[in-house]
Amino acid sequence: MSNNSLVSIADYSKEEILAILDSAAGFEANPNQKTLEGKVIATLFFEPSTRTRLSFETAVIRLGGKIIGFSDAATSSSSKGETLNDTIHMVSCYADAIVMRHPLEGAARYAAEVSPVPIVNAGDGANQHPSQTLLDLYSILKTQGTLENMNICVVGDLKYGRTVHSLIMAMSHFHPTFKFIAPNELRIPDEYKVFCNRNNIPFTEVSELNDNFNDADILYMTRVQKERFQDLMEYEQVKNVYTLKNAMLENTKPNLRILHPLPRVNEIDPDVDDNEKAYYFRQAQNGLYVRQAIVSKVVNQK
Amino acid sequence: MEKKLKVAALCNGTVIDHIPSDKLFKVVSILHLESSLNQITLANNLESAKIGSKGLIKISDRAFAEDETNKIALIAPNAKINIIRDYLVVEKRPLSLPAEIREIVQCANPNCITNHQPVTTRFHVLNNDGDIMLKCHYCEREVKRDDVKIK
Repeated sequence: MSNNSLVSIADYSKEEILAILDSAAGFEANPNQKTLEGKVIATLFFEPSTRTRLSFETAVIRLGGKIIGFSDAATSSSSKGETLNDTIHMVSCYADAIVMRHPLEGAARYAAEVSPVPIVNAGDGANQHPSQTLLDLYSILKTQGTLENMNICVVGDLKYGRTVHSLIMAMSHFHPTFKFIAPNELRIPDEYKVFCNRNNIPFTEVSELNDNFNDADILYMTRVQKERFQDLMEYEQVKNVYTLKNAMLENTKPNLRILHPLPRVNEIDPDVDDNEKAYYFRQAQNGLYVRQAIVSKVVNQK
Repeated sequence: MEKKLKVAALCNGTVIDHIPSDKLFKVVSILHLESSLNQITLANNLESAKIGSKGLIKISDRAFAEDETNKIALIAPNAKINIIRDYLVVEKRPLSLPAEIREIVQCANPNCITNHQPVTTRFHVLNNDGDIMLKCHYCEREVKRDDVKIK
């Protein structure tokens, strides 16, 4: 196994997280540093994900590396029944690192165990998506000037939303205060409340969006997905309660920034887009710099 | 008196006593006794003052490593392991849960890689304020000890 893999945000210490964010800032200042000259990176997307794949591939190309891989399992040998173990061994003969998205949870940890080259987890089912978490942190740092003592409001699907769970774990190094805003069916799972209590992270839970975020520094919106509801009546009631509109931002703090892992559906009204507090599109752009930092680190620190 | 006779009747080997009746065959399965060639006596639904109804396993001429018997702690934490030599109990081995459990538990998450590919399962044993939880090494999902699925 290569110890250099990035499978879960919990694999990185506070110092490693800060080093990645620092390195990302360097790539933002100069995106065309050729740290991957002569290297080959495989992007194995067993499940389609346009945004994440394009972002990783752009990162590699800007770093001077070359890309092999596939964007859909149907065009890979796994459609012939090849095991993940075999695919990883085969690809590691060709590539210096593997960026992998897989629909099954735990696939990335397993791949990292069997792979002789580093694995970067680009999402394993509903489990982990550490590059998303790091770009969320980078966006917070960039807009607030610090990660310390942030007042963070998290809204939407807090039960299944992996980006939310990873954000809580990553921010735990930096003394945050959380407010969890979710419909009853999608409340934050107990294990994360236990985690907050253990790490002395204050949090409150509310079920209505309203103006519950007037004291927030970061408003982290997530998608409330229809398929999560057993009772569609409840979804119909909830979906409009959780739509952020421009008028609701009137009394918010001047430094507030709105983040969203995207894609959004109707949880942020398009009339918010022009507000200077809307940061979600630039957040996506930050993904490029953070992924440059991640791939550079895993390949060059053998 | 009768109980003592049952244990003493074994010349050399291992006796696993005080297994809850509904867990007896799971213990058999965990220790892979179905493929063992040793003489094995199984008894079940015996009266027990402690647990009401218990099962008992006697295996002749076989000693188990501690990490093998500790697997039993997962489903029958109060079972008693007695090592017999020359009709005498030479060791009463207490059970303790290992920090990591391999192979015998199936992950409860249907979307976990271990349920789809030939991957040996691994679980980390966590103690959440007295609640024993098993956390899948791969999908990171946690399950309570009582809800654990034995393969």
